[in-house]
Amino acid sequence: MSHTTIAELAHEHQVADDKTAFGFWVYLMTDCILFATLFATYAVLHNNTYGGPSSHDIFDMPFVLRETLVLLTSSFTCGLGMLALHRGNKTGLKVWFTITFLLGLTFLGMELNEFHHLATEGNSWRRSGFLSSYFTLVGTHGLHIATGLLWTIVLMIQVSRQGLTRGITRRLTLFSMFWHFLDIVWIFIFTIVYLMGVITI
Amino acid sequence: MSLLGKLSLQAIPHDPITLGGAVSMVVGVIGIMAALTYFKKWKWLWREWLTSVDPKKIGVMYIAVATVMLLRGIGDALLMRGQQAVSVGASHGYLNSDHFQQIFSAHGTIMIFFVAMGFMFGLINLIVPLQIGNRDVAFPFLNAASFWLFASGMVLINLSLMVGEFSAAGWLAYPPLSELKYSPGVGVDYWIWALQIGGVGSLLSGVNFLVTILKMRAPGMTLMKMPVFLWSVLGAMVLVIFAFPILTATLALLFLDRSLGMHFFTSDFGGNPMMYVNLIWAWGHPEVYILILPAFGIFSEVVPTFSRKRLFGYTSMVWAIWAIVFLSFIVWLHHFFTMGAGADVNAFFGIMTMIISIPTGVKVFNWLFTMYRGRISFTTPMLWFLGFVCTFTIGGMAGVLMALPPADFQLHNSLFLVAHFHTMIVGGVLFGYFAGVSYWFPKVFGFKLNEPLGKIAFWFWTIGFAVAFIPLYILGLMGATRRLDHYDASMGWQWLFIIAAVGVALVFVGISFQILQLIVSIVQRKHNLDTTGDAWGGRTLEWATTSPPPLYNFAVIPEVHERDAFWEMKHSKTAAKKPIYEDIEMPKNTPLAMYIAACAFIFGFATIWHILWLAVLGLLGVITCIIIRVSDDNTEYVITAAELQKMDEAAKA
Repeated sequence: MSHTTIAELAHEHQVADDKTAFGFWVYLMTDCILFATLFATYAVLHNNTYGGPSSHDIFDMPFVLRETLVLLTSSFTCGLGMLALHRGNKTGLKVWFTITFLLGLTFLGMELNEFHHLATEGNSWRRSGFLSSYFTLVGTHGLHIATGLLWTIVLMIQVSRQGLTRGITRRLTLFSMFWHFLDIVWIFIFTIVYLMGVITI
Repeated sequence: MSLLGKLSLQAIPHDPITLGGAVSMVVGVIGIMAALTYFKKWKWLWREWLTSVDPKKIGVMYIAVATVMLLRGIGDALLMRGQQAVSVGASHGYLNSDHFQQIFSAHGTIMIFFVAMGFMFGLINLIVPLQIGNRDVAFPFLNAASFWLFASGMVLINLSLMVGEFSAAGWLAYPPLSELKYSPGVGVDYWIWALQIGGVGSLLSGVNFLVTILKMRAPGMTLMKMPVFLWSVLGAMVLVIFAFPILTATLALLFLDRSLGMHFFTSDFGGNPMMYVNLIWAWGHPEVYILILPAFGIFSEVVPTFSRKRLFGYTSMVWAIWAIVFLSFIVWLHHFFTMGAGADVNAFFGIMTMIISIPTGVKVFNWLFTMYRGRISFTTPMLWFLGFVCTFTIGGMAGVLMALPPADFQLHNSLFLVAHFHTMIVGGVLFGYFAGVSYWFPKVFGFKLNEPLGKIAFWFWTIGFAVAFIPLYILGLMGATRRLDHYDASMGWQWLFIIAAVGVALVFVGISFQILQLIVSIVQRKHNLDTTGDAWGGRTLEWATTSPPPLYNFAVIPEVHERDAFWEMKHSKTAAKKPIYEDIEMPKNTPLAMYIAACAFIFGFATIWHILWLAVLGLLGVITCIIIRVSDDNTEYVITAAELQKMDEAAKA
């Protein structure tokens, strides 16, 4: 194989990676629509408490704020991990992604704790349309976080085994898009569900 | 909870008609398996088809599934219209109400999701990579996974005939009827999971083909030089991307209501059934345009080819597509003007609905002007186009009539509505796909379909269609509602129902002729070979390669200068350049896409029957397959320039 064809193949790989990133971005937009549907459902149902508690009664704002800060920090450490990747620093990448993983796990634990707390007080998703839509919207975000955690584990195993190959770099890029996207969704959940939920006009 | 959840021997059907259907399906499958064994074709099937990631193969498999499902759907239609023709007064026909409800629910679901969507993604798979002048789609493995998820959904919906029951809640399963309280059986769960699994496949296809068209066009093919079929697919894929997540979410919410006791759409505990109706139509109306846009695209290829003229009004065609894409998201409420949203809201959606007929009209006139003073040859694809213009225009006028909320209050849920949407979906979508299949058949298989038999099939279809549905318009105006399994003799409807049943039988004869046409064409293929690669005197890039195209579509990626790129290549004076071959990368075959879908199927089946351990196992299976796939960086192989040159020269010789 001559040098020109190798250069051309390298160029083709670049094009292929761009294509994957664009495709993944489009997928994220479909996920965005999925969340938009759940937000719309929440907006329609959030006053349908059927005699049960409303959003004023059940949210513990300091707890949710701590939860939010944990998730935002995990997005920051994910970014630091990506910077390490671009410097070719494998150890740095692993350290930052491990921190990201632990923060994500903490967030998920806090969320499950909140869910458990609500359920034991008799305010489970079976209680009212409002609580159904609340658990589903927040829970869907949590399900995405859980997927992200599993994905991090797979990526870290691949990094250990294969090193920083082209394929790994591409997949890490996709993961970081996914993780930041979940952050943005959470900011909307924090604002619309929690903040607007406790404000009394 | 028992190990098998709700599943028991009770699930095997007991009434003779269902049992007959189930047995004939089992016999059919066993027959195919026996034939494969007898002819020693299993290996061939596995290597060439089941593990293939080639969109040309995947497209054929889509269309094969859609064809089989068309037979199932027309079978359901015959049962329903037969029942309605005889179930009057003292006679109650041969179907009980519950069974009748299952049949119309299955008919609608199958025809939309597994026939229309199947033909659509089949044709898109076959033609889009060729028309953009490339070798593959953006994500070949994902494409295979999409197909197999679609196939899993199809198997699931047909399994409901043999194990358990199907939904009796109509093709869109409106709550509260579809809630656990009123539909306690597994039918609605079958409906949910067949659509959920198939729907995820469609969503992934939408992403895939959007990226394919936007990122992989041959050099020189700017957006405004794309064939209109590509524009129409692009529009449809944008709609898929916006609409299908809504379906995914809505089905999930209904499932949560049914399985975890949530209250999204229940009639008590603060649920809101109308929320479901809004959500499902926010997907459902764009879905109609997802189906029709590629059909419009096909006509935009067929009409210029058989009129020997450039397409009239290319730019207006493109803008009409995007106007339709945009407007299709702000008309959904016209499916339920009777909800009581108030005069202002109804007026807005009524006006938007009328406006959407304008870009559609633009397209129809453009095709007619393309034909004007052209040298028209009346081949089968062209006949389907002409049949489409007549039927679709009638259906469109009925649609504009119903866009008026006051008129809709009278016609809502009547047979007039049923006649209207069948005119659009059969006369528009299906005729379009039939035109596409007969037009591109020689490209895909290397020989043409038998023309005389195709024309006979066409006439049976169009005349049968008119005989089947014109009575329904009249019946609707006489007050007959949809989904009737029995009516009073004094209504005076029976003679019209009998005519309609005769019409369906004529359509069935049409389908039989299509099958005969396929068999005869295969047997006599030597007489209809397409040796040039350009069977009809085509204008676009798919005709620039051999028929059938080689694995890699084009040995050398073509360069595009004009809109009708191939027409320009054929007629330009410059001599063809000597091709310069380069190494190319092609994706390797893999069974993993099929395994993912098989695990998804197991997950769906187990969830329907509440078999928790099996559901977990299915889900783990899906995750494991995905991890195996992403851990494999070695998914492509290289065809060297020398090999490519050898293959190309052999093909051209």
